Amino acid sequence: MKDYEVIIGLEVHAELSTKTKMYCNCSTTFGADPNTHCCPICTGMPGVLPVLNERVVEYAVKAGLATNCEISRFSKQDRKNYFYPDLPKAFQTSQYDLPLCLGGHLDINVNGQKKTIGITRIHIEEDAGKLIHDAYTGDTLVDMNRCAVPLIEIVSEPDIRSADEAVAYMQTLKSILEYLEVCDCKMQEGSLRCDVNLSVRPVGQKEFGTRTETKNLNSFKAIHNSIEFEIKRQIEVLENGGKIYQETRRFDDAKGIGYAMRTKEDAHDYRYFPEPDLAPIILSDEYVDNIKNNLPEMPHIKKERYIKEFGLPEYDAEILTSSLKTANFFEKTNAICNNPKTVSNWIMGDMARMLNEKEMEIDESKVTEENLAELIMLMDKGTISSKIAKTVFEEMFETGENAKDIVEKKGLVQMSDEGAIKEICQKVVDANPQSIIDYKAGKDRAIGFLVGQIMKETKGKANPQIVNKLLLEIINK
Amino acid sequence: MSVSKEDVKHIANLSKLNLTDEELEKYTTQLSDIVSFANELSNINVEGVKPTAHILDIKNVFRKDEMQPSYDREEILKNAPSKDAGCVSVPKVVE
Amino acid sequence: MSLYSLTLTEVAKKIKNKEVTIKEVLDDIYSRIEAVEPKVDAYITLTQDLAYKRAEELQQRLDNGEDIGVLGGVPIAIKDNICTNGVKTTCASRMLENFTPIYDATVIKRLEEAGAIVLGKTNMDEFAMGSSTETSYFKKTKNPWDLARVPGGSSGGSAAAVSAQMAYASLGSDTGGSIRQPASYCSVVGLKPTYGLVSRFGLVAFASSLDQIGPFARTVEDATMMLNVLAGHDNMDTTSANLEKQDYTEALVNDVKGKVIGIPTDFITEGIHADVKAAYDKAIETMKNAGAEIKEITLSYAKYSLATYYIVATAEASSNLGRYDGIRYGHRAEDFNDLEELYRKSRTEGFGPEVKRRIMLGTYVLSSGYYDAYYKRAQQVRTLIVENFKKAFEDCDVIMIPTAPNTSFKFGEHSASPLEMYLEDIYTVPVNIAGLPGISVPGGFDSKGLPIGIQFIAKSFDEKNLLQVAYTFEQNTDYHTKEPTIEEGK
Repeated sequence: MKDYEVIIGLEVHAELSTKTKMYCNCSTTFGADPNTHCCPICTGMPGVLPVLNERVVEYAVKAGLATNCEISRFSKQDRKNYFYPDLPKAFQTSQYDLPLCLGGHLDINVNGQKKTIGITRIHIEEDAGKLIHDAYTGDTLVDMNRCAVPLIEIVSEPDIRSADEAVAYMQTLKSILEYLEVCDCKMQEGSLRCDVNLSVRPVGQKEFGTRTETKNLNSFKAIHNSIEFEIKRQIEVLENGGKIYQETRRFDDAKGIGYAMRTKEDAHDYRYFPEPDLAPIILSDEYVDNIKNNLPEMPHIKKERYIKEFGLPEYDAEILTSSLKTANFFEKTNAICNNPKTVSNWIMGDMARMLNEKEMEIDESKVTEENLAELIMLMDKGTISSKIAKTVFEEMFETGENAKDIVEKKGLVQMSDEGAIKEICQKVVDANPQSIIDYKAGKDRAIGFLVGQIMKETKGKANPQIVNKLLLEIINK
Repeated sequence: MSVSKEDVKHIANLSKLNLTDEELEKYTTQLSDIVSFANELSNINVEGVKPTAHILDIKNVFRKDEMQPSYDREEILKNAPSKDAGCVSVPKVVE
Repeated sequence: MSLYSLTLTEVAKKIKNKEVTIKEVLDDIYSRIEAVEPKVDAYITLTQDLAYKRAEELQQRLDNGEDIGVLGGVPIAIKDNICTNGVKTTCASRMLENFTPIYDATVIKRLEEAGAIVLGKTNMDEFAMGSSTETSYFKKTKNPWDLARVPGGSSGGSAAAVSAQMAYASLGSDTGGSIRQPASYCSVVGLKPTYGLVSRFGLVAFASSLDQIGPFARTVEDATMMLNVLAGHDNMDTTSANLEKQDYTEALVNDVKGKVIGIPTDFITEGIHADVKAAYDKAIETMKNAGAEIKEITLSYAKYSLATYYIVATAEASSNLGRYDGIRYGHRAEDFNDLEELYRKSRTEGFGPEVKRRIMLGTYVLSSGYYDAYYKRAQQVRTLIVENFKKAFEDCDVIMIPTAPNTSFKFGEHSASPLEMYLEDIYTVPVNIAGLPGISVPGGFDSKGLPIGIQFIAKSFDEKNLLQVAYTFEQNTDYHTKEPTIEEGK
């Protein structure tokens, strides 16, 4: 088998988190009853006209600046004509030859290696509605709530060479969009999704192979797996003397397989032309500079600051700043308890593990910044042991109760009463004469056993330092 | 340039229109006539001339991102020939 | 004198002065409609119930001493491509035979705020595509001056309704002459305002960059009253001009001294009916006698307007009419096996031949490989035509040309060759291409007694000059005072 090089370009669709749709005043909120966020304009009734939401331009320019694009001073919107039940006007308003943003790039980090991925363009366009398959009647139902929700499409250069790079690019892009607060990036709700253009060619071959486009991938896992699948498929086809067809494909994440869609590629002729019902967008330097000067701190800058300001290891800073929500959670918690490394450990450790298990985002967790800070302060003060803290955290995560209440309710306060601890220590020592003999014979492990017994007696509440001190006092007496 | 039957078939497809053989003949002739008439534009020197997409000198016409109540679903679906479960219904979409 | 033959201005005054009640005015106009409509067929839908309800409300407010607006109580007809909430809006197409809008067009709101009453919706060429109103799916509207002939189009119903005194005024839409040409054929005043002066929100789009709503009326004064109500910025229409509101009635002055009227001699050449040419020459004399300076101008690119128009308009139409797919509203075929068949059958059954022809032409000029040769080139030629007019207006205030090269023709006369029919639009189309205001005023009759229209064209947003010149022409002629026979001609 020959060695193959993989060429990937991503088209990322990010729904903008505007309050209202692109051309009318209907809400963009996800999850409403079908066809309840609709009006004559977004359902394409006869006679209606669009008026562009100003925030769409602002958000797209933000995204362009944050990805190092040139912002077009003159741009326009075009109609892309095709028939589909989720497209009420039978054209999608998009941008064809004069998009808002051109020629940017993003630095990504793949297994410790830095790489730059080019961005061809970012344009604004409207989303389509949702088609729901009705299993009972066999028909397809059209929900137009999502019709004309504003999107930006971010088109990368074909600079990506592997599934890992694609995922890293997507992760980086996601964190930037989150930082800008222009997209809520909820991939499971489809507000951030991508199409993968992929081709392979034998190493050394100059011209690109025929590419396929796998549409609508909305999780990192699906992006990764679909790419792996498609690379393997294309190489197999070529190795068997077959031909790759330019086609649109889907990937079934549950089954882990991709398949070609039935639409014929040659049937498409979108007949783009300038949208006569919308005005050109002409941006002044002042407008662009104003947005540029007000961009929030970007992930890589924040990371540097975390290392410097909080003395965090690079690894921690990287993870904490990869998502704005996580970074915000970290900063807010630390502002209360002022113990950056411990806060970081909690967020990256138990918190991340439990969020992962529940497939939740940090802002969906019942644990608030105040609660986590309180827990850390209880540890710092010695009120609870670190072992108890884990139990308390799990309880906080499940119930949303605060640390103090849990500790009090369950009587988890650390035992620091030397008299009481001494009594238990004595009891354990008396009950285990063999351990004392062992210890005195030089077997240090015996101490561990005794401490364990004491902790068991105190249900883990005894202050471990005090236990150690008192136990040694008794034995060495 | 004149319009061929194949052209007319193609554009009828793009326009989602069915044509009978007779109509195909008729439209081919008529569209050819009109297109040949329109070909008089090819004699005009348009080098360097900016296309007019808007007759008015308009730019940056925007709307504020402020929500207004949507329409009742019954109104939105009032004219739909077929509906079910609060949605417009169409034959199964096959991908 | 019967109420229905009063002008809009006169009837509005009588209502305001309580010489008549609004109900009396309505009774009178509906009985006129009852008498004449079977012969003319101007309306697709009549809205008596709503009209009488509204009349009652308005009368009550008037009786309470409230101001019910400049058009208070005046019955008006609306072209059936302008959306009326709760009243069927068919565009004279089978496609929208049962379509009821759920919102009002901005112009409907403006008219209602001004106190007007909607009488009904008028017949038109299907989706405003045509010059004779013959492409309507429902009926053929007859020319009140000769029932064997077309009223012109596409706003034929609105023109005929005003001409046959079945409405005091009406709304039409003008994409390539659809107000001015039927006004000319029916001997009424038809005004196409500057693109952007009147909101298009709620006008079912034919060609977005050319469409404009405007009034039909019996006199220039009435048309001006209507424009005063219709004009003005609308934030629902991106292309609506954001200008200060003007009082156009200030232009109703019978005086053109010092005004320069341009005559584009290089444009008015072949293909013009001798009687039309004679009427035009006479009109030039009239204006000269009224004190205007007549000046020859050149419009060398105007002749390319038609080709430009049929590319730009059909391209936009092909896209605008994509939404009629049988899914959310409109005609849906009965039998289909899958989605593709649903689309094709619904559209094939729902649209008439002229609409299909234009959709296909528009699809062709936008399709891959032809865009640059047709659509882009047409947009470039459009620029040349715009500049051509700009240059011409450096030398004159208003341009005067006939509205149409011929007078009304018999039903079916042009049905064999669509191109021949398209050529009839030669004098009206340039105005749309350049986005200018134009008005057709009754300008005489041919040897058969068929009306001839004289068209005035002004600079963008220079409606005041336009109306003043048109008003002066009207005041110095008596064509507008003639009433149609509502019989078949000899």
